[in-house]
Amino acid sequence: MKQMKNIILTLAGVFCVLLSYGQNAKATTGTFALTNATIVTVTSDTIKNGTLIISDGKITDLGTVSAPAGANVIDCKGLFIFPGMIESGARLGLVEVGSDPRTRDYNEVGDIIPQMKALTAVNPNSVLIPVTRVSGVTTSLAVPTGGLFSGTAALINLHGYTPDQMYAGFEGVVLNFPITGKRGRWDRRSDEEIKKEAEKALEKLNEVWEKAEAYSKIDSTILAGKASSKLDYYPEMETLAPVVRGEKTLLVEVNAANDIKAAIEWVKDKNLKVIFTGMSEGWRLAEELAEANIPVITGPVLDIPNRDYDKYDRSYTNAGMMHQAGVKVAIRTNDAENVRNLPYNAGFAATYGLGKEEALKAITITPAQLFGVDDQLGSLEKGKSATLFITDGDPFEPKTQVKYVFINGWNIPMESRQTKLYDEFLDRSPGLKK
Amino acid sequence: MRLTNTIYKLSLIFLFACVCSISQAQERGDVLIKNGTVLTITNGTLENTDVLIRDGKISKIGKGLKAASGTREIDAAGKYVMPGIIDAHSHIALSSINEATSPVTAEVWTGDALDPLDISIYRALAGGVTISHALHGSANAIGGQSETIKHRYGTVDMDGLRMEGAPRTIKFALGENPTRVHGERSGIVPKTRMGVEAVFRSSFSEAKQYMEKWEVYNSDKGKKGFKGSAPEYNLRLEALADILKGNIIVHCHSYRADEIYMLMQVFKDFGIKKLVFQHVNEGFKVAPELAEFGAMASVFADWWDYKFEVYYSTAYNAAILTKNGVVTSINSDSGELIRHLYHEAAKTQKYGDLSDDEALKLITINPAKQLGIEKRVGSLEEGKDGDVAIFSAHPLSIYTVPLYTIVDGVVKFDKENDPADMRIYPDPEETIDVTLHDREDEDRCMDMGYSNYLLTDK
Repeated sequence: MKQMKNIILTLAGVFCVLLSYGQNAKATTGTFALTNATIVTVTSDTIKNGTLIISDGKITDLGTVSAPAGANVIDCKGLFIFPGMIESGARLGLVEVGSDPRTRDYNEVGDIIPQMKALTAVNPNSVLIPVTRVSGVTTSLAVPTGGLFSGTAALINLHGYTPDQMYAGFEGVVLNFPITGKRGRWDRRSDEEIKKEAEKALEKLNEVWEKAEAYSKIDSTILAGKASSKLDYYPEMETLAPVVRGEKTLLVEVNAANDIKAAIEWVKDKNLKVIFTGMSEGWRLAEELAEANIPVITGPVLDIPNRDYDKYDRSYTNAGMMHQAGVKVAIRTNDAENVRNLPYNAGFAATYGLGKEEALKAITITPAQLFGVDDQLGSLEKGKSATLFITDGDPFEPKTQVKYVFINGWNIPMESRQTKLYDEFLDRSPGLKK
Repeated sequence: MRLTNTIYKLSLIFLFACVCSISQAQERGDVLIKNGTVLTITNGTLENTDVLIRDGKISKIGKGLKAASGTREIDAAGKYVMPGIIDAHSHIALSSINEATSPVTAEVWTGDALDPLDISIYRALAGGVTISHALHGSANAIGGQSETIKHRYGTVDMDGLRMEGAPRTIKFALGENPTRVHGERSGIVPKTRMGVEAVFRSSFSEAKQYMEKWEVYNSDKGKKGFKGSAPEYNLRLEALADILKGNIIVHCHSYRADEIYMLMQVFKDFGIKKLVFQHVNEGFKVAPELAEFGAMASVFADWWDYKFEVYYSTAYNAAILTKNGVVTSINSDSGELIRHLYHEAAKTQKYGDLSDDEALKLITINPAKQLGIEKRVGSLEEGKDGDVAIFSAHPLSIYTVPLYTIVDGVVKFDKENDPADMRIYPDPEETIDVTLHDREDEDRCMDMGYSNYLLTDK
């Protein structure tokens, strides 16, 4: 009788859980022991048949360890644990429906607006976020676009209810390096116009930069207490000053070979913390990039070559060619709703020259290092954030299923609107007849 | 004297062009593919098997096959041999896509706008794709007729691309695109999904009347004392009448379940049966109805959310449709995606656990059925066209690389011998490099709406 009562209570409980949420089920936290797993640490050897302990949001232990008393044990026999995948440049969180300007928050008006903060516009409740994270992408750089200085990008974890809860510890200013070529086949400007506009844009950039340098000097003087006057409110310069001083990262979006060359020249002797992004023609200047010691975020890998006369697989081989020349390479999708394809972008790069191991790094530890968050993210190590995903196979293979996702120790419900639609409509009821 | 010289030169060029086009139209090759893992699609997987193509057709599939001396042999040991991939929705090899000037433009035909020089054809070949459906765009409720092409890259003659004997097809479109282009911008019907239905009903009713007038005329004109004259010939109504007669397969751009259901109701009322829905992102919601009607579905693996009518999509669409008995294909609608349809098909294993065979059908025999060419292509069977793709590993693996693509027995892509620059006609006037093809640009174009609208179809 008592047993019966218990069953009924349990069933009622399950039912309540199923009914009690609006958009998504709640994530749970606590102490977890992921046992019998193949642990792909990325930064050191892979651990076979190991256990990983999560407590207070951190990886508290891993290897041949036993589960602490009271831990939620998840048997990972036959499964693989990887550090959460990091998308190094996307609009995820900044847009809901691509074609609807009312839902687009990544392109503010203005040419020099580095003070516009992507983090402000991140929508924690975007439907796109659960769709993305159930594929094992746990962290994403939200990047504003357009103009010369588009704004300040922010690294976010894909779980949380406020931007601050999601913030993953990195912000960087975005610079769209002036383009000297045609912007695609539909660019109807004459060669003269293109040249003029490019020169003007570069002049403008240099002008802004000189101003920022001057501002930074005055600002530093005041900060050092050597002057008592106050600076007028000048948010652009206030944002650029730490970039000029090499304290804050500058993300330079640049793609065509000539422009990359010019950008290498431009950053030289400036002593900046800089990452080149986009870099679809990085392969053409791989040696120069390596020599200048400039790290790169490239992608999408699944893209057509930049030029009609390029080899058909240029975008697939690009990352591998840069890596072989000694460039540090991270991979991005530059997408919004389909950031979930990050492992496939890495997989294509792996197949076309980057190799499996490096490709995995390019979406885990490498971006973590580039963003200065490798003490928390990018690999499975004791003391780091428990931000990871668990699969039944190779994370790059489409056949592979992601079984669990943890973000900062939160056990993420493995559902999104897309999985719910599957559950509802696979075997629709009513079917054909009422 | 000078004039004769010019005439002489011109006639030489003309003659050369004629010879070229004749030889290209007749290009049918012989290849012997040895010891591959042959994914026949319709007859299982055959290990260590040879495929012999003679005169552009698969003449034999078996073990230890021999070919006439001089026949090109490809060692496929350890490699995977599959039928050439077919894309049921593409706009490559087209110099124009959208005749966006009226809600009904059944009289136009993309076959008049083929561009054999398009580098995208080669890039598609490099992804194992041998056939694509060069579709009209989706601006009009009833768009233009479309052409099924074979990727015979190298021909400079647009006729060289046509897949001779492929059934006629036409593009229809529902939802946001026709209502935006015509209703919102020009203030004419359709501005709503009600209007879209009205366009179909009025067009087919008109076409029916037109057909009847001609039938009456044709039966009466031989009679004694007949005095009437022939009805006015109308190319648009001719095309619509051909749809009513079942001579044209309708490929309809669609997203939402309600509009998909609507078109099936309209077609039932007019007795039209040959219907393939394109994109059909919400097809999964009316999968039982699609299956019952016999309508087919050509979908994206995972594209969604680029506009409001695809916000409520799911990447499980292809799996739900397949499991409900709808003949489903995965298409590209993109010069980028077309290069890795094998990978797109593989995503249905993540989203819905389709088997290898089910997933491969989505890019071979199923699109062939949707284009009405399944008797000739879409599987490896003796007697079918010699359209074959050879991969380094299983085509659904992320680690596979397309190695050879063969059209009509002619090797059109060979990774080992792939010169970087595959343009047929480099533009000598181009002095500034055309570069930077990124999404941001595309998005920006989309804002401008109309002009970009003509270039994309989603």
